[in-house]
Amino acid sequence: MAITYTSGEQVEVYRFSIPATLLIPLASVFLQAWLPLRFPFFSIFDLPLLVTIGFATARRNPLAGLVTGGLIGILQDALTSQPIGLYGIAKTVVGFGASSLGIKLDVENVGARFLLTIFFFAIHEFIRFMIARGLVGSHIALSWPHELLSAMANAILGVFVFMLLDRVKQRT
Amino acid sequence: MDVLGRYRNLIVLVGVLFAQILGLAVQVNVKRTTDSEPTRLIRVWAVGMVTPFEKVLVWTQTSTSNLWHSYFYLRGVRAENRNLKAQIERMSLEQVRMSQDADQARRLQALLSFKEQFISQTMAAQVIGSSGSEQSRSIFIDKGDKNGIKTDMAVITADGVVGKVLRVYRSTAEVLLINDQTSGVGAILNKTRLQGILRGTPAGEVVLEKVMSDETVPPGEQVLTSGGDGIFPKGLLVGTVTKISPGSELFLNIHVRPAADLSKLEEVLVVTKIDERQAEPDQTGAARAVDILAERLPGVPSKPETAVAGVVPGTGAFPPNTSNALPIAGAPKPATGTSKPTTAVSPQGLASGTVPGARKTITSPSSAATRASGGPVSPSVNSSTSVKSSGTASGTPANVSPSNTKTAIPAPATLKVIPKPANPSSEPKTPPTVEERPN
Repeated sequence: MAITYTSGEQVEVYRFSIPATLLIPLASVFLQAWLPLRFPFFSIFDLPLLVTIGFATARRNPLAGLVTGGLIGILQDALTSQPIGLYGIAKTVVGFGASSLGIKLDVENVGARFLLTIFFFAIHEFIRFMIARGLVGSHIALSWPHELLSAMANAILGVFVFMLLDRVKQRT
Repeated sequence: MDVLGRYRNLIVLVGVLFAQILGLAVQVNVKRTTDSEPTRLIRVWAVGMVTPFEKVLVWTQTSTSNLWHSYFYLRGVRAENRNLKAQIERMSLEQVRMSQDADQARRLQALLSFKEQFISQTMAAQVIGSSGSEQSRSIFIDKGDKNGIKTDMAVITADGVVGKVLRVYRSTAEVLLINDQTSGVGAILNKTRLQGILRGTPAGEVVLEKVMSDETVPPGEQVLTSGGDGIFPKGLLVGTVTKISPGSELFLNIHVRPAADLSKLEEVLVVTKIDERQAEPDQTGAARAVDILAERLPGVPSKPETAVAGVVPGTGAFPPNTSNALPIAGAPKPATGTSKPTTAVSPQGLASGTVPGARKTITSPSSAATRASGGPVSPSVNSSTSVKSSGTASGTPANVSPSNTKTAIPAPATLKVIPKPANPSSEPKTPPTVEERPN
């Protein structure tokens, strides 16, 4: 459960194959759009966010993290009725932050991943809320119990998603 | 240079964020000033990447489900069939009852030159995906530009209103649901006839706004579309009032539960064509307003069966082509009869013959008919042959055209109608005698 500090030399950096790099984010956006139709409760999850965090922490490269996060976010935005950029900006920051934190912390154990997901989920929602309010002029319902439940649910799912990503990542 | 290298990642992050914020600001500004969409290309690419998989998945799921339910799992089908037949019978009876009311309403609407909107064409579409966001409530359907779908078309189900088409792509379209916070539907309360605007809330609820707080709205009242938004035709069921709370600026917040289950949509109907037409009285109904009133009001004596020549005994219904004693002045077309008696004169000729056994002399059939039917009148009268009614309305001269008239009487002709004594036990099979007396 403990998050341990590691030096840069101790940290292992992973990479993903090109098909995995392309197909996994696409699949996450696709499932995010399709599953709530069959299972309405699934809309509390943010599968593309989990994939963004998973990719960023494995690669440990802030530039790759922000680009991956930005592209996944924009793809997600394009499927909504909202202006493009809400998810894009939030996931850019999350991708950058997760990569930067991945360099400093050991994020290989389950507890660290659980806490990391809750933290970045909160950052993601906060940025989205601020941009929606300040720039777009739309209102986002911010219910603390709902956000907490959503964060916990995403953290639990995140543990399994990261396990799946562990199977496809390759050591550099 | 060293500083740039050291803070390279941060500078890139700031640059990317700045570009996205700038893009967002441009979108918001363009949307406010014009109706164009600068991000169209990105959306087309994204939808093009995701929706093909969704279509394949939905197709596979539907096919498997159909195969199973149509060929293997047929348990309870007989019972269901029996129930459906019973339901059809019940609904048929109900339809007969309601058609009388509808006929009367149409006559009144015609009098008021009322224009009614009706859905003339719809297209069924399968729901293949959603936005996947709790803040954006929209769905994707498998019909798009190539199927004739256009923006702002109404989307409904059998239960009620779903939303409107927001964006159209080549083979898909995005539908904005009525519970999205950016949607707005003109709505009216069914009983109190209060109008308002139906909006979605950030939490995904539906609220009727702009109803004054001094109005009384009972929970459970139905909410219908008002037709005022120019998208949804008037009278579609939207939902039911669940809760009323005070809103801002002297308005009520009326919470509405949508009639259509917006979280479990599988198939929808896109309204591809809405027509507007002048209300016309039904041409197939047999009852007149006065007959309906006579049935309902105990104080009004029932109509004598032998009141006029050509009345169908026992039914109380007037045969076609007898437009006498029209209940509503100016009603364009009288009702038709349920049987097909033969008449020797045009409706215009029998227009004023209301007294049993009376010999009516009409000096000017044209004027009499005009008075009675309110419609255009032909001077032609079929006096030598019996004209069998086709069961259609006959206030207009359509049934007595020159083509089926052997003897055309000029306008100033005098007709003497001598109806045969009515026989209550059987239908009149012989036409009343008509004597022609040219002036």
